[in-house]
Amino acid sequence: MIIRTRKPSDVPSSEITPEDVYMNRRRFIRDASAGAAALAFAPSVLGASVLGTPERGSRQQIPARFQNMKTELDEDLNPYSDVTGYNNFYEFGTGKEDPARNAGDFKPKPWTVRVGGLVDKPGEYQLEDFIGPSNVEDRVYRMRCVEAWSVVVPWRGFPLSDVINRVEPTGDAKFVEFKTIVRPEEMPGQNTGVLDWPYTEGLRMDEAMNPLTLMTTGLYGMDLPNQNGAPLRLITPWKYGFKGVKSIVSMNFVEDMPLNTWWVQNRREYGFYANVNPEVDHPRWTQARERRLGELRRRETLMFNGYTEQVQSMYEGMDLTRWI
Amino acid sequence: MVFRLKVVLWLGALAPAVWLGTAFYLDMFGTSAVGVSAFGPGLDVTGAAGAKLLTTPTLGANPIEKLTHVTGMTTLVLLLITLSVTPIRRLTGWNRVIKLRRPLGLFAFFYAFSHFSIWAGLDQTLVWSWMLEDIVERPYITLGFVGLVILIPLAITSTTGWIRRLGKRWTLLHRGIYVAATLGVIHFYWLVKADVRLPILFAVILGLLMSARVVFSLQKRRKISPSKISPSKISPKGDARPLNP
Repeated sequence: MIIRTRKPSDVPSSEITPEDVYMNRRRFIRDASAGAAALAFAPSVLGASVLGTPERGSRQQIPARFQNMKTELDEDLNPYSDVTGYNNFYEFGTGKEDPARNAGDFKPKPWTVRVGGLVDKPGEYQLEDFIGPSNVEDRVYRMRCVEAWSVVVPWRGFPLSDVINRVEPTGDAKFVEFKTIVRPEEMPGQNTGVLDWPYTEGLRMDEAMNPLTLMTTGLYGMDLPNQNGAPLRLITPWKYGFKGVKSIVSMNFVEDMPLNTWWVQNRREYGFYANVNPEVDHPRWTQARERRLGELRRRETLMFNGYTEQVQSMYEGMDLTRWI
Repeated sequence: MVFRLKVVLWLGALAPAVWLGTAFYLDMFGTSAVGVSAFGPGLDVTGAAGAKLLTTPTLGANPIEKLTHVTGMTTLVLLLITLSVTPIRRLTGWNRVIKLRRPLGLFAFFYAFSHFSIWAGLDQTLVWSWMLEDIVERPYITLGFVGLVILIPLAITSTTGWIRRLGKRWTLLHRGIYVAATLGVIHFYWLVKADVRLPILFAVILGLLMSARVVFSLQKRRKISPSKISPSKISPKGDARPLNP
């Protein structure tokens, strides 16, 4: 089973226990588990412990239930430090360590998402409006970057279809367009012209409604760190990572295919669909293989990043060498 | 003065290698406050840890990429510094600076070769079919590879014995560095996704260094045009080494 759904009974204690009580209790567990982790995960050349203090200063500890989580293909999670220390978020710089370095000043709370276009219930929604008592799930997904590296991440979020059902798009809505917030004073990369801001991405309506499509608010059971797109980002695991627009402030339901940022940047190299496809190379490098962070030898890239079963029916009859 | 500069040169040129070695050692055997983490101590993020990121050497989440990028970048910087020796010499009249050119060039080759070896051995894990496919089908890899191949004979013939043996042909052969540096900069330009600021900066510097050579050669031609002596043979103060490249 590909989607790891948390049972409603499986609410983490952090969500019901008062925080100070919780923290005191956790401190013991943390100290104990740090010792256990030190024994269990002896340093290896290319492996690293999954557990650890995620952020200096914050006293949160990665919940132990992430220790042995795997994808449906029996792949291990990448450690928290990989997921939060190495990624692309050009709003905070173009190097892959820049987001972790430069995202500290970003303020993800409070957060309003403007929903507009061809919907019956447009408006300004608070992030909390989308989060119900039982629709938040942890899901382990592979993430394949167009640059030919990949990670396995336990995301936390809710299905985009929940939002769509709630705002009720009209029959004319064929696509949904997402935009990242523009705050040059908090996002230094936006003071450069490297990309056209705001970062814009889009999905076709059936893609948006696909059960795999996750509006993501967290990873490793905790809130998204700023550098990973706090407080709300998109995850479409069968597509290249750049489809996963971060720090979303607007969702616009439209009739025509939106102009996504990387397509605008270089339409020969980046398409609208951006489906992971080992048979269609990037004009400058092969997409047949990828480096999973933490592994030495490159892996073969899987069609639709391994999610063929769940998504291929959406693309039947489409020439995927043309619709990159 | 030249001796002191040579010390600076050695320290500076070795610094990236030392940094990478230290980072590798710390990643392998160092323990962070967190307890265990093989690759990526210092990668726990935000706040005070931000400063740590800058100061603690680490190869990060993608060590092979880091090794490749640092060695590649160092190669380009050293090639550009090597190419600036002659213009500095011409503009300042300080001839002894030429003594820095050989070690600079050899360090550039050392990093270029490391860059290639890391790519071949660690990134491609010596799978010949992958490497061949990349070299043939990916223009930026083709250029990088050709640039390295051009540098090989230059490194081999860098000794005083070879300079003497090759004479005028040595100068000609070593103009290959113009081609290698140009290919290197294009190689860099073609591999970045959108942020071309640094490759463009390198290209501008390379352009300036090359135009300086054009200007020098025009000046020289004007001065000694009646004679048929090749300008490269003349070297003030009787330095055995030719002026160019």
